Amino acid sequence: MSVSPWRFKLVTRANPSRALVLLAPVLAVALALVFGALMILALGKSPLQAFDVYFAQPLADPFSLAEIVVKASPLVMIALGLAFCYRANLWNIGAEGQFVIGGTLGGGIAVATHGMTHMTFWILPTMLVVGMVGGALYALIPAVLKVTLGVSEILVSLMLVYVAQLNLDYLVRGPWRDPKGFNFPVTAGFDTAATLPPLWPGGAVHSGVAITVLLVIIMAVVLARTRFGFAVRTAGLAPRAAGFAGFEHRRLTLALFALSGGLAGLAGVVEVSGVINQLQPSISPGYGFAAIIVAFLGRLSPVGILVAGLVLALTYIGGEAAQIAMKLPLDLTTAFQGVVLMCVLAADVLTHYRLTIARRAS
Amino acid sequence: MSSVFFQAVAATIIASSIPLILAAIGELVAERSGMLNLGVEGMMLMGAVCGFIGAYFSGSTLIGALCGVAAGMAMAALYGLLTIGFAVNQVAAGLALTIFGQGLSGLVGAHFVGLKRDGAPHLHLPWLSDLPYIGHMLFGEDGFAYVAVGLVAGVAWFLRYSRAGLDLRAVGDNPASAHALGMPVGGIRLKAVLFGGACAGLSGAYLTLAYTPFWSPGLSAGRGWIALALVVFASWKPWRVVLGALLFGGATILQLQAQALGIRLPSQMLSALPYVVTILALILLNLRRNRGSLTPAALGLPFVADT
Repeated sequence: MSVSPWRFKLVTRANPSRALVLLAPVLAVALALVFGALMILALGKSPLQAFDVYFAQPLADPFSLAEIVVKASPLVMIALGLAFCYRANLWNIGAEGQFVIGGTLGGGIAVATHGMTHMTFWILPTMLVVGMVGGALYALIPAVLKVTLGVSEILVSLMLVYVAQLNLDYLVRGPWRDPKGFNFPVTAGFDTAATLPPLWPGGAVHSGVAITVLLVIIMAVVLARTRFGFAVRTAGLAPRAAGFAGFEHRRLTLALFALSGGLAGLAGVVEVSGVINQLQPSISPGYGFAAIIVAFLGRLSPVGILVAGLVLALTYIGGEAAQIAMKLPLDLTTAFQGVVLMCVLAADVLTHYRLTIARRAS
Repeated sequence: MSSVFFQAVAATIIASSIPLILAAIGELVAERSGMLNLGVEGMMLMGAVCGFIGAYFSGSTLIGALCGVAAGMAMAALYGLLTIGFAVNQVAAGLALTIFGQGLSGLVGAHFVGLKRDGAPHLHLPWLSDLPYIGHMLFGEDGFAYVAVGLVAGVAWFLRYSRAGLDLRAVGDNPASAHALGMPVGGIRLKAVLFGGACAGLSGAYLTLAYTPFWSPGLSAGRGWIALALVVFASWKPWRVVLGALLFGGATILQLQAQALGIRLPSQMLSALPYVVTILALILLNLRRNRGSLTPAALGLPFVADT
């Protein structure tokens, strides 16, 4: 087939190059920007103007900065749990569904207690706990099926995304619809007792962001310093070694799905009580899927995920601005996010393999 | 039940199973070579939008279908570059392909939303199509149905009896041994992936050229994922894909016919049916302990020849 006398070969590196571990994601984003520019050119717009609207302007505007932080919060929270799963070679790709279930169950408490005036201090903490537990239980469905019957966790977790979305759609159009809502498919607005307060009085950033930052620190410590973290780090590379650390693979599977589902559920309830303040047919612009990109862009490490979450949030905010200012469709953002993930994955190969050019044997 | 109603239901079941058969048979070949491509949904969407555009401008369903095939193959080539060229994790690369395809198909098709064209003509085979009861049902389909059945038969023969099919299975079960025997592991896997992309693209084109007469963003509605489940359900055996697809097609149609049958359930619950059925089917299949399943031993594992 190929007649070139030279061929490219991948040679496994004994140790991943340290410099490249940090450099690869930067290279990947740069490469993705080149492809992004080509897509914008193909749409007949100026890439420079688009980059200005997409990336430069949001970073220069304090209001947009607050929005970026608010958008990054769910992405980071979900990606933290997914990174633990992916490190152990467990593929929970249904975080979107766990997010929706968490938001639905937590929001359900806000709907049920609507109009309560006495003893309301318990509502918000209960919402957060119920959202988290709901997300964890929902993620345990594919996990239990995997460890007991060997059913593919990839397919089951993904199918459950559609089920969760349709369930929420049914509730807000049916039993939970606000009777005073002029027939709009939304629940009543949440009371103050069911709303996450802003981080500081009058601020545009809700206090869920603080939970996210706290979780980044906790997860970083757990991953680096605990026996559980050791089991997670080794499970993907050497499952038997993780077993020696006291974590049998089935138990680890259940624990990691519960963890990632719980974080996705918590992100969901934080989103409805901190940002949307009611339930509506759709409560996520695809956070659960974008978080997969965040997890890989952040190299499956908690601190990296924090940075990657901010980068991805910037594409959302920039995408909205570009839609208004330049009439660039929102699908461009999705396509660009896909390109970013591909470039990140491709760049990753440089850290694990050395690219060599060898002369073909004649 | 009147025979007219029965025939109408049967025809719609067949119609909704065709895209599943097409996408699943392609993915089956890719998986038998060891490549787990989760990008089926993205390849289908690109096939759907490019198929529609091609047919819209040329006025020909055939050219539209070919455009769909080409788009699916282009997407598959991207996946092949990542997973075979760069040894990227297959699950992650497939997800990236789906996300990319969702966005790109929306971009490409933005100006074509709301446009309509006539669906693919149903073929009328003399004599056969006029048979009572089954004639219209079995022999009155559009061209895609015959292509789908032909592909399944071809793949079944190819995998079982051809030399290239044997090589492909060897690569999927033990790439290291296949490589040691001098087989081009990467080349064989790339061809299998491209075939999967072509089938997914054709499946997408079917959706916009025959199933519905228009393009709308995200119109595959998870069919790519159901096709992936179908391959597992079929235990990687070609003819079982047809059986499974008819079952899933039935679940889809039950949702559409529920009102006519007097079933009073929320529409969302009926819409969730195909996904729930998929999960139940996977559970039932695994309860039987995978007896006789042909799961490729090296499915999803990257192969880098170090020597």
